[in-house]
Amino acid sequence: MKKPSNFWRSITLGLAVLAGLIVYAYGFQVTKVSLEETQSPRRQTQLVRIIRAIARPDILEYEKQEFEVNAPIYVPCPSGELNLPQQDQSGPYMVITPACADPQAEINVEGFNFEPDTQGPIFFIPPSDVRLQMGDIQTDSSGHFNVTVKLPKRPSDELQHVRVITRRNIGAPHFTQTAKDTWDKIIETVFLALLATTLGTALAIPVSFFAARNLMKDVRSPLTGISLSILAWPIGILAGVEVAHLMTNFSHMLTDSVALNVGGMFAGLLVAWFPARWAMPQAETSHPSTPIRLARVLALLVAAFSTILFLILLSNLIVSFGGFLADHLSIFGFVGTFIGNLGEILDLIIVLIAAAAGGGVLSNLAGRVGQFLTLRISGSTNRIIGVVLSGLAGATLLAIVGAAIKWLYQINNPVRTLWIPAGVGAAIGVILSSRAKEADTLPIGLSIYYVVRTILNSLRSIEPLIMVIVFAVWVGIGPFAGVLALSLHTIAALAKLYSEQVESILSGPLEAITATGATRLQTIVYAVIPQIVPPYISFTMYRWDINVRMSTIIGFAGGGGIGFLLQQNINLLNYRAASAQMVAIAIVVASMDYLSSKMRERIV
Amino acid sequence: MLTVKNLTKIYDGNVLALDDVSFHAKEGEFLAIIGLSGSGKSTLLRCINRLIEPTSGQIIWNNRDITAAPPEELRVIRRKIGMVFQHFNLVHRSSVLTNVLSGRLGYINPAMSLLNRFPKEDINKAIKQLDRVGIADKAHQRADELSGGQQQRVGVARALMQDPEIILADEPVASLDPVLAHSIMRYLELINTEDGVTVLCSLHFLDLVHRYAHRVVALNEGKLCFDGLPEEIDDEMFKAIYGQEAERVG
Repeated sequence: MKKPSNFWRSITLGLAVLAGLIVYAYGFQVTKVSLEETQSPRRQTQLVRIIRAIARPDILEYEKQEFEVNAPIYVPCPSGELNLPQQDQSGPYMVITPACADPQAEINVEGFNFEPDTQGPIFFIPPSDVRLQMGDIQTDSSGHFNVTVKLPKRPSDELQHVRVITRRNIGAPHFTQTAKDTWDKIIETVFLALLATTLGTALAIPVSFFAARNLMKDVRSPLTGISLSILAWPIGILAGVEVAHLMTNFSHMLTDSVALNVGGMFAGLLVAWFPARWAMPQAETSHPSTPIRLARVLALLVAAFSTILFLILLSNLIVSFGGFLADHLSIFGFVGTFIGNLGEILDLIIVLIAAAAGGGVLSNLAGRVGQFLTLRISGSTNRIIGVVLSGLAGATLLAIVGAAIKWLYQINNPVRTLWIPAGVGAAIGVILSSRAKEADTLPIGLSIYYVVRTILNSLRSIEPLIMVIVFAVWVGIGPFAGVLALSLHTIAALAKLYSEQVESILSGPLEAITATGATRLQTIVYAVIPQIVPPYISFTMYRWDINVRMSTIIGFAGGGGIGFLLQQNINLLNYRAASAQMVAIAIVVASMDYLSSKMRERIV
Repeated sequence: MLTVKNLTKIYDGNVLALDDVSFHAKEGEFLAIIGLSGSGKSTLLRCINRLIEPTSGQIIWNNRDITAAPPEELRVIRRKIGMVFQHFNLVHRSSVLTNVLSGRLGYINPAMSLLNRFPKEDINKAIKQLDRVGIADKAHQRADELSGGQQQRVGVARALMQDPEIILADEPVASLDPVLAHSIMRYLELINTEDGVTVLCSLHFLDLVHRYAHRVVALNEGKLCFDGLPEEIDDEMFKAIYGQEAERVG
């Protein structure tokens, strides 16, 4: 390649410099860089005031005691002889020269034996005993001051006074009200971060496996299996919810007395345990026959029912136990309330568990039936079954989407929200299945992977400060809204970090465990989890760090914690209080940083 | 008896890894698979237990078509096929015992295994297998604390836990020094002769082939270019397998 001539190089360089100049000039204009403002004396005084306020955080204060020292004076000088009362010179005292003067004359006041290095106002006290400030005094290190002040226009025949008031700190310093409020709120902040991290981590771990490409890319299933799974999900969810309700109603018969409740729990546990043990033998070398498999399914169903009953009774027991503790533990009553809350949470999630389990189990079964059908029935029958099923599945899927749209936009038009989507879905399903070859499998795992990834990415791009606004509407302004917002963001962020760890594990052990005939879940437990424990712990720590920092400002948007207080004080121009809160944040963030790095060293 | 019929594997991007490979392995045979790196040995072994899905062709084992087995049946087939890897593929952070026990995963109840609970007899069996390969004292150490040779013995013990009828060994000694290589090969030989397990073993060195294998198949760029006894590999055959530039050493 020919080297460009010097001339051209200079031209390009000149143009580049010019372009840079324009870019930065525009940047200055857009960001309103203003040197005048930085130099304006008014702004500078304000700045100095704020900096000085911040430098003196409102944390400690002393009990103050006022000292006043009076010196007599005549204004104007009396006609007769000047007769001033003698001053006590053992303590602080003042000498006024001259001892009498005309109004508005300047006098010199000299003080002795004062507190060293203190300051205070100097007043003129007329007989009416009002305070007329004439100036300020500042004592030197020997407790002496000398000040010239102008007398006010208060002529009187009586004896008048000049008074100096100094303040003295007494006793040990103690915390201000601001410091106490800050302490309360910083505790709230730390626990807000703790709860959000715990909740977020617990949910991010399972999600991360669905967002890991290396685990999901091999999950393939024939179209018939997928269709049956899609059809089975809503049915399973409904069945699960129904069973949960049934069991709840049944449990009402047992919850009247504690003895019945506990007895029911044990009975439920036993009825769950033994059929489950029978239906899931420890090891199995031969393939069981069909009647035995059916009996096992039945036994598992019974076990599932009584597990749900057990959980309902358990939650009921926990709630009443928590209530009992809350009533009897006096100051530790909050522990009882917490236990009661745990029971209520369990009660709430039983329905969710039942729904998820119902859907999952049924769709899993249906998927297997689908695979079985694909393999065992060949030819046109299979083809017809496939077309019908995928048509139905497509219709169901889009009908659900349609229902969501109907709810969201309140469109009350069944043709547009039900029939059209269902028709389109059916058409897509039919077309897909008639084009697919018989034994073709579809990459259902990768589809789930992309859906999960998309949801995570969009959630992650919304800052918790924005999420908290929505949650504050739902649960009210306060730390709970902050917990929910931070948890949601933690799930999205951690699930992504976690899934990248799963993607970077060694594939060898995965391959080796798969080769032993392990199921997918076993492979995850034995080959994936041991490899990801250290990075998971370190990412969780890191997120805990972030959450502590985030929770200090989530209060700005209504999420509780110290941010709420900080924002209030900044708005009230109470910079010394704001400074106390900033100090608290700095201490907490720094110590969390230190603690988490120590723990990471210890564990990983 | 394992029969491989017209097996072809084309990777994404039109890379032909196996090209119409057919052979069979008799029960109780020690079959060596040789060939240059990249000739398709690993792909061939992984197609047999379908860690890699073959593009076309059939693998028939005991009258069952492995290539057509649905997921559940495939698991039942896989648990009878042990596998030993070049890089051992142990789970580093788990104990040696857990690594060996994971060979039982195909047999035990999934729900219990998720809680890391194994039946008592499996644990005894695992200790026995570790004893057989001479490292029973290491059972409770972490797998990555072991030396390479010891790790490969754990790998062999894990495969034995499956009560395998076939062992697929993918260059089991390529990462080990010659002395260790022979000790691992002797374990495979022992398993082959004592337990009557069919062994399919890919190897680099011809001296190992001559010493341990009953029969040899050779791959060159995905094609089967030799199927016979180890002694039948003469200089001409050697060049056909390893290329014209290759020189026979030793």
